[in-house]
Amino acid sequence: MHSFGYRANALLTFAVTALAFICAIASFSDKFSNQNPSVEIQILNINRFKKQSHGNDEVSLTLDIAADLESLFTWNTKQVFVFVAAEYETPKNSLNQVSLWDAIIPAKEHAKFRIQVSNKYRFIDQGHNLRGKDFNLTLHWHVMPKTGKMFADKIVMSGYSLPDAYR
Amino acid sequence: MVLLLCCLVGMIVTSALIIWKALMCVTGSESPVVVVLSGSMEPGFKRGDILFLHMSKDPIRAGEIVVFNVDGRDIPIVHRVIKVHERENTGEVDVLTKGDNNYGDDRLLYAEGQLWLHRHHIMGRAVGFLPYVGWVTIIMTEKPIIKYILIGALGLLVITSKD
Repeated sequence: MHSFGYRANALLTFAVTALAFICAIASFSDKFSNQNPSVEIQILNINRFKKQSHGNDEVSLTLDIAADLESLFTWNTKQVFVFVAAEYETPKNSLNQVSLWDAIIPAKEHAKFRIQVSNKYRFIDQGHNLRGKDFNLTLHWHVMPKTGKMFADKIVMSGYSLPDAYR
Repeated sequence: MVLLLCCLVGMIVTSALIIWKALMCVTGSESPVVVVLSGSMEPGFKRGDILFLHMSKDPIRAGEIVVFNVDGRDIPIVHRVIKVHERENTGEVDVLTKGDNNYGDDRLLYAEGQLWLHRHHIMGRAVGFLPYVGWVTIIMTEKPIIKYILIGALGLLVITSKD
């Protein structure tokens, strides 16, 4: 009845249950954090704007990104994945989302930053609709916890537009 | 005695099956839990971490971590969506993915000539995360001997236990 096997089993079961419970509480505690991230993005320059040989428009641009994401970090945060996407509509597509830049923020100390970068991924349209196009720049973030539920949110900034002619 | 043992083993197996199928129903994904096998999403997901998947009718958006199958490959891949183009009238979607830790996008991983993923390639999106637990399955698939020893030991325990 009280053999070694039984005691080991009971101990293991209890340890695993307790660990699972603690993980669940840690994940749940994320809900009570107060998040108010802020961001400002400017387009500094259109480096290149052309129609590719197979007909799709491609843009290369330089962005100035200033963001403060410190409030996203809690004790259960492993990292925050942050990216800027251009979002626009075309006659063919009701939504186009093109990621332009992204970064992994490993700790709160790096969560307030300002950088100037040209787009990391190619900004290519499906078609040739980008001349004079109005688009949104959206800062998305994806919080990866040490354990538990992941969560994501975004800030949409509108009022950006591309030039009327290729250059 | 033998009959009783068979019943016991049968109960364990069926209850495991019931839990798995119930998870399938709740999450709407054909495999509700996956183990991360590669380091392509480090430092977010490491080898041996477990991901919980959810498949809903919600449209796929940039930034989401999706699990997808590529034609001609057996093992599903867990990567992040970086580009989305959604059609106006049909709602069909073109998706491009990339591993956070990879230098380039996933076009090299896709089937030859394939530029985009479509809805039917995607098995689910990752919603939750549990570290390390997946090592159990990795060890068991890579060192089958351990699996047999474990099953043998458990079997022995069931047979020898008196009550």
